Amino acid sequence: MTEIPKGGYAARLPQNHPVALYPPYRTSVKRSPQAAPLSFPTTISEETGPVFGHDLLGPKDADLLHNFGPQDQSAIGPRIVVHGRVQDQFGRPVVGALLEVWQANAGGRYRHKKEGYLAPLDPNFGGCGRVITGPDGSYEFRTVLPGPYPWPNGPNDWRPSHIHFSIFGAGFAQRLITQMYFEGDPLIWRCPIVGSIQDKAAVERLIAPLDMERTLPMDARAYRFDITLRGRRQTMFENRMEGL
Amino acid sequence: MTDHPETASQTAGPYVHIGCTPNFAGIHGVYPEDLGARMITGDATGERITLIGQIFDGTGTPLRDAMIEAWQADANGLYAGQEGADPHFSGFGRCPCDAEDGSFRFETIKPGTVAWPSGGTQAPHVNLWIVARGINLGLHTRAYFADAPQNDSDPVLGRIEHSVRAKTLLAQAEGSGVYRFDIHLQGPDETIFFDV
Ligand SMILES: [Fe+3]
Repeated sequence: MTEIPKGGYAARLPQNHPVALYPPYRTSVKRSPQAAPLSFPTTISEETGPVFGHDLLGPKDADLLHNFGPQDQSAIGPRIVVHGRVQDQFGRPVVGALLEVWQANAGGRYRHKKEGYLAPLDPNFGGCGRVITGPDGSYEFRTVLPGPYPWPNGPNDWRPSHIHFSIFGAGFAQRLITQMYFEGDPLIWRCPIVGSIQDKAAVERLIAPLDMERTLPMDARAYRFDITLRGRRQTMFENRMEGL
Repeated sequence: MTDHPETASQTAGPYVHIGCTPNFAGIHGVYPEDLGARMITGDATGERITLIGQIFDGTGTPLRDAMIEAWQADANGLYAGQEGADPHFSGFGRCPCDAEDGSFRFETIKPGTVAWPSGGTQAPHVNLWIVARGINLGLHTRAYFADAPQNDSDPVLGRIEHSVRAKTLLAQAEGSGVYRFDIHLQGPDETIFFDV
């Protein structure tokens, strides 16, 4: 296991992230802070965080095909494996990271009381799952390919197929929620939520390529999604030089 | 020396509860309990408190689809995972805001002072992280306690450029161990958010 340094977390680079105020994503207009955020070097409050052990997980938590419906019933739709590696910005694996995922079913419908899309619910699909990274930072779960769905924003906006990810690393400073998209989806570049990220390369890193190597023949295709979290510097001194 | 860029954030969207608090969202049978539902897990040391509040948008309307997470030290100022930390206190809470009035609530312990990297201490505080539809990058802030004498020497509060805004980080006592911490995403009372 790679030794994690004890210095503070490197400052977050804004260009890697969406802008807070992005008027084409209408809800951001009244929910985006206007003042500059307060900067200070990370402290024990940000360098620690909740740690979740494998005992948290049930046997089907990483199998969205089967973790909701009746015994022996599988979710409806194209079956996929999603896998990848969680690392920090310096390339060290993030071991024991908890990934929580949620998504629409294959028809683009969420199991949620506020969801109004006419596509039907799948009785065998709940839409949530979770997994913890192993000693090399890798993870894997099974699900269905989520469908695109329309949403009330502009007159005719459709979300590209996507899976939401919530990620806990080792420190609260690493807390991240993001979305994974699928290679080749023409809706990605039309989406105002994606468009809130101004850097094209940062968007491309959210697009998981098809990974035929990991495909399960006659069962499921595979997509690879690697995740990078913030990393800790070697010494407190180095961090303070950066942070102050 | 950044070798790999951090993965971009994306909004948690309107259905964050499906993934993070599925039982709250009505999806039962997948997880026995929602993560972060209880911060006090046993006979925890310290003063029991309740931290409540609402999150308001730029029109003054409470967010009813947000999720807020709390991470804090125990009564002795130690975080879970640190040596000697209270085994009956997780330090981590997660709360889906109420679907009607947008309120959040944490049943917790009054945290102790915690260390500051270059020596000294930080006043008692609860670290908070807020996500919702329309928030593109999760927002970090802290709830300090308005009645805590340690606030005067807190190094973070001391860094605030416009001191008039410092009060946005103070949870106000409402009696019987209840503290209110309202969060304003925009407007004259905009909460101070952190870039940490
Ligand atoms: Fe979605």
